[in-house]
Amino acid sequence: MGELTPTTTQILEPGEGQGFATTRLEPLLAWAQKYSLFMYPFVTACCGMEFMAVTSPRYDLGRFGAEAPRFSPRQSDLLWVVGTIVQRQAPILKRIYEQMAEPKWVMAFGTCASCGGFYDNYACVAGIDKIIPCDVYIPGCPPRPEAVLDGLLLLQDKIQRGDKRPRIVKPRTDPVTNPKHGIVELRRSRNSRPIV
Amino acid sequence: MSKALATLVKTQFPEAVLETHAQFGDDTLVLAPDAWKKVARFLRDTPQASMDMLMDLTAVDFPDREPRFEVVAHFYSLEKGHRLRLKARVGDAEGDGAEIDTLTDLWASANWLERECWDMFGVVFKGHPDLRRILMYPEFEGHPLRKDYPADKIQPLVPYLDIENIEKLPPFGPDEGMSFGRQTHAEREDEGGIEDKRDS
Amino acid sequence: MEPLDLPLDESEIELATEPMLLNVGPSHPAMHGTVRVVMELSGENIERCDVQVGYLHRGFEKMCERGTWTQVFPYVDRCNYVSPMLNNVGFAMACEKMLGILVPERCQYYRMILGELARMSDHLTCDGAMAMELGAFTPFLWMIKGREMIWDLMEEETGARLTHSFGRVGGMAAPPTDGFKEHARAVKDHCLRIVEEVERLLLGNRIFLDRLEDIGVVPAADAISLGWTGPCLRASGVPFDVRKAHPYLKYGEIEFDVPVGQSGDCFDRFMVRIEELKQCGRIIDQCLERMPDNGPINVDDPRVVLPPKEDVYSTIEGTIQHFKIVMEGLKLPAGEVYSYTEGGNGELGYYLVSDGSGTPWRVRIRPPCFLITGGLERVITGQMIADVVPCFGSLNMIGGECDR
Repeated sequence: MGELTPTTTQILEPGEGQGFATTRLEPLLAWAQKYSLFMYPFVTACCGMEFMAVTSPRYDLGRFGAEAPRFSPRQSDLLWVVGTIVQRQAPILKRIYEQMAEPKWVMAFGTCASCGGFYDNYACVAGIDKIIPCDVYIPGCPPRPEAVLDGLLLLQDKIQRGDKRPRIVKPRTDPVTNPKHGIVELRRSRNSRPIV
Repeated sequence: MSKALATLVKTQFPEAVLETHAQFGDDTLVLAPDAWKKVARFLRDTPQASMDMLMDLTAVDFPDREPRFEVVAHFYSLEKGHRLRLKARVGDAEGDGAEIDTLTDLWASANWLERECWDMFGVVFKGHPDLRRILMYPEFEGHPLRKDYPADKIQPLVPYLDIENIEKLPPFGPDEGMSFGRQTHAEREDEGGIEDKRDS
Repeated sequence: MEPLDLPLDESEIELATEPMLLNVGPSHPAMHGTVRVVMELSGENIERCDVQVGYLHRGFEKMCERGTWTQVFPYVDRCNYVSPMLNNVGFAMACEKMLGILVPERCQYYRMILGELARMSDHLTCDGAMAMELGAFTPFLWMIKGREMIWDLMEEETGARLTHSFGRVGGMAAPPTDGFKEHARAVKDHCLRIVEEVERLLLGNRIFLDRLEDIGVVPAADAISLGWTGPCLRASGVPFDVRKAHPYLKYGEIEFDVPVGQSGDCFDRFMVRIEELKQCGRIIDQCLERMPDNGPINVDDPRVVLPPKEDVYSTIEGTIQHFKIVMEGLKLPAGEVYSYTEGGNGELGYYLVSDGSGTPWRVRIRPPCFLITGGLERVITGQMIADVVPCFGSLNMIGGECDR
């Protein structure tokens, strides 16, 4: 116990049948999609620095197959909205999103993209979900690269499930049901017992 | 900042300088708006001043005063190392009539600085080659840094999605988010709940 | 989107050739952050261009008027977000100038060391990104590795990697940790080794040099008139550095050189930053030697500094002092002040207007790269499209500082 039960409603694409070949095909396609996400880095502000750090060798994004940036919306399937979106930038964001071809996902990187951050003013859009539908929200100002990777893994789970609804995604392990959540076991040497 | 410089300007333009002060060590002269360009040109060209850099040009809004805006410019001299602040008061209580000469032909940095001042405050710079908005979009109405512009009044370019309560869209609904805290207790009622140790 | 509304000359139309309008839009990989450049091209050459900023205007100056003086620190952090400590220190010094207080010596060295590390992170990012856009991906990754180490140190000291909001009026938010000096020395040594390796990789490369030399030349007179400061101005040959011209903190007692370029081209701007990295190393070395190991970090002034928590919880004076400072804000005397320090891109000035209450009346951030970006038009007009990339990269426009 520790993994949250995934949602049971299957979202079928229109026109999909229920035959053996197509039910086997769906998860295979989803597997291929989730491990080869081409990102469109829509980078605006300080989160861009953490974005550079995530793609850098220490917190390597290439491990998850998602490190290929494609600077054309036609060629990418994951829109990373990194940083604050201001009212002036909103039409451009909407246009980029509309230019992307299906299937596409949107990741709100950082608090400003998720909910506007602490910019409750005339200039900023309080969260990109007011303009485009968003799949995963990664909070943080800026979020640590580990948080970004967690968000990416959540998105990959979501893609695998075939879930297309924009919603808040729960973390993978639930701290209430999994008491060891977040505790790292240290070892001094190969033979010694773990320090609890 | 330099006392000698302030005195020099005062002796050259006695009728233009309305006030002087040196709060916290920064020499400041308040000028009449018509003398703005004259004094600035004098500061740039006179060898004793030789202010070759316009560091900053902005405005401050005092809605209770008349004139309302204070256009503030900071000058710096690379060879002499002294600084000076010039101020001029323009604009009426509504914010109209705030006009002052441009300094674009004296310093190229004035171009964008004055555009920003116009954008944020509505101060018109007479003679500016290209006075349009720089930080806000052209469809924006109003001047945001004025005290009477409410900080959270948005003028969206893209209409927001048609979702109920989108202004108050919470990041977490009652059944979403991290399952600790108050939600946990309700969720785990059927499992016996978690003992609430607070009220005893 | 707004069209270029500059009139076309009659003589340009007679051959029935129209210049091509190219929009290098706000979402573009080579535009660091969000800048839109609408160019009029004749072949590959740029005849005219219009640089439009403001795609990251977050209304900092308006937001600062709604909180207290200490609540300004997160906003100024997000101005120049590659070297946030320099912004913090600059603002703290502006408030201290108004109050007329000087922080203790230990704090001055602490601010200097963290500030110079932030400056190193700024220059590493700028030069790395510039190299990456010219095709040299490896130096970028090495410099990011160096930057990660600086951020590790920042995280250990302040708790956050990037936007730490660590400065306070009258000191810093917390004293240095125990292993600070050794950690800082190790980080600095490693970063300088990385700089050496990058130099070996890049400076012998014919392609890299050809793409940067004699591109985007800005003569000194133009740079001065445009209000440029910092590495861009020094690359044009003007030896102006606020740390030398108007020393603050302990910069007057430290020995370091100011690298100055000769021709004001992209290569000079690149090299000035590389040399400044080495000078940062020197400054950090000397500061680490001189920094006292014990002593207060915050000035002993009850008007501005929060009392220690034991006093807040046990004495009534402590509680009241804490309450007043947090709820009403620091009471800076009424008036105005302009304070300037050397930020990552040049003279970072703060013009503060106070009405005597705890809420700022006006916080004006004099952004060095707003003025530098104002000169972008002059830099790229006449160049080819492909030269826009190194030109823009060498100016180090940080969107947060430009648009605030």
